[in-house]
Amino acid sequence: MTKDEIRAEVLDILADIAPDEDLSSLDDSKSFREQMELDSMDFLDIVMELRKRHRVQIPEDDYVNLASMDSTVEYLHPMMKDM
Amino acid sequence: MYDAIIIGAGMSGLAAGIRLAHYDQRVCILERHTTIGGLNGFYRLRGRDYDVGLHALTNITPKGTRKGPLARLLRQLRLSWDDLAISPQIGSEIAFPSARLRFNNDLDLLRSEVARAFPGEVDNFERLIAAVVEYDDLTDEHAAISARVRLGELLDEPLLVEMLFCPLMFYGSAREHDMDWGQFSIMFRSIFMEGLGRPYAGVRLILKHLVRKFRALGGELKLRSGVSRLEVENGKVSRVVLDSGEVLEGRRVLSSAGWCETMRMCNDGTPVDASRSPGRLSFCETIATLDRQPKQLGHDRTITFYNDQEEFVWTPPAEPCDLRSGVICSPNNFDYDEPLGDGVMRITALANFDYWRGLDERAYELEKLRWYDAITASAVRFVPDYRQWVVDTDMFTPTTIVRFTGHDNGAVYGAPEKQIDGRTHLDNLFICGTDQGFVGIIGSIVSGISMANMHCLRD
Repeated sequence: MTKDEIRAEVLDILADIAPDEDLSSLDDSKSFREQMELDSMDFLDIVMELRKRHRVQIPEDDYVNLASMDSTVEYLHPMMKDM
Repeated sequence: MYDAIIIGAGMSGLAAGIRLAHYDQRVCILERHTTIGGLNGFYRLRGRDYDVGLHALTNITPKGTRKGPLARLLRQLRLSWDDLAISPQIGSEIAFPSARLRFNNDLDLLRSEVARAFPGEVDNFERLIAAVVEYDDLTDEHAAISARVRLGELLDEPLLVEMLFCPLMFYGSAREHDMDWGQFSIMFRSIFMEGLGRPYAGVRLILKHLVRKFRALGGELKLRSGVSRLEVENGKVSRVVLDSGEVLEGRRVLSSAGWCETMRMCNDGTPVDASRSPGRLSFCETIATLDRQPKQLGHDRTITFYNDQEEFVWTPPAEPCDLRSGVICSPNNFDYDEPLGDGVMRITALANFDYWRGLDERAYELEKLRWYDAITASAVRFVPDYRQWVVDTDMFTPTTIVRFTGHDNGAVYGAPEKQIDGRTHLDNLFICGTDQGFVGIIGSIVSGISMANMHCLRD
């Protein structure tokens, strides 16, 4: 997957978690927590959706990398580029 | 072999089931009764739809709100705000002999009512609000301190203290006489700062959504499937045996049957800890269908919490029903797009479980009639007398609650002492629902979600 495809996939997961949220104005450099007020339960959901959909395993120590769209895509790219 | 077996198809069990099935677990929900819902049920009688349990949903925040239990619940269950189609309350009231306080989903109304009725308490009430806002559900070490002690420090007027306790205890205190400060703060926020609302179609809309979602994800729901025992081997539940003799196996068991009730199912001789009583607070409820809308009788309140003396008493009554206090709910008085068909007045009052359980069938029917009249007569001191417009009635008692929920004593809010982490003495058995933590519809759903997340999704 390219970085753009990974971004689209993460966006799809966010749309699934928060169907009422307008994601078109999401700022990729800002944290999800700040923009969408996601809590720890929601971050766990992003991790679990990635595992369910793509079998990507993310250890708990690495959750910090999922803070914003930019950091998430950077972090996932090495794991997902060959998918 | 299931990944998870869930006992009870009420709000918490269904919510937990959705979480687990969403992540591809094989899940089976077992329900002893012939229908779903548990404490929050619905039925049809003589051509009319009735709700049990639900007066109003608490924690109602407007669409687009990202914080708070409702927003969290919607995200966790992948529901849209519109799925629940919640209409906000028109406005409610706390009615005591010498003062009345109105409130709606905007805290400023309650602020101005406190200023009107208790002018000297304006600053103290702001301090109370600040203390409630500051309370953190997850980290606060003051969670278990007495709310009576805390309110005594913050407010000067004993009557205001009693008036604030009345709705908060009625809508969610398992503890008698008092509340934990943590529970008080959660309830204060959920009722006064977030607010009340109801789907036009009532509780059935919520339950049907949950069940449809659960089944669409491949979940299995077995009605008329009570659990007779949990067989224990090597510190784990090995087999779940149903009343029918059927045997199921699951890697984990999540029970919403109640703490004591679940312990009794285990066949390892677990003594049910006597210090953990199952809770004693139960209710009678009368339901009257009117041939007109309550508003036509001059009644426009959504919920009226009444108490006929200065002190509010929150304990099982010595009498069959407590006629001093109660909750009057008119499901018509929410801000719907179109009015509900029938006018309805429901009254909930504290009741004595032992009295109702001890009656034989004939006496039970007669006492229901007698106490229906007594409760209604008590309530119409606080709202317009609607009795001449009644076209149909129904009533439930603590024994009805036992029949539908299986909870000891018909305890509506469960045990006073909660098992917040949901763990038991067995590695793969957890509890959810009212004995785990939060109460009310939103609280129960959040309980099911968090126990599923914490214990069943981390491997």
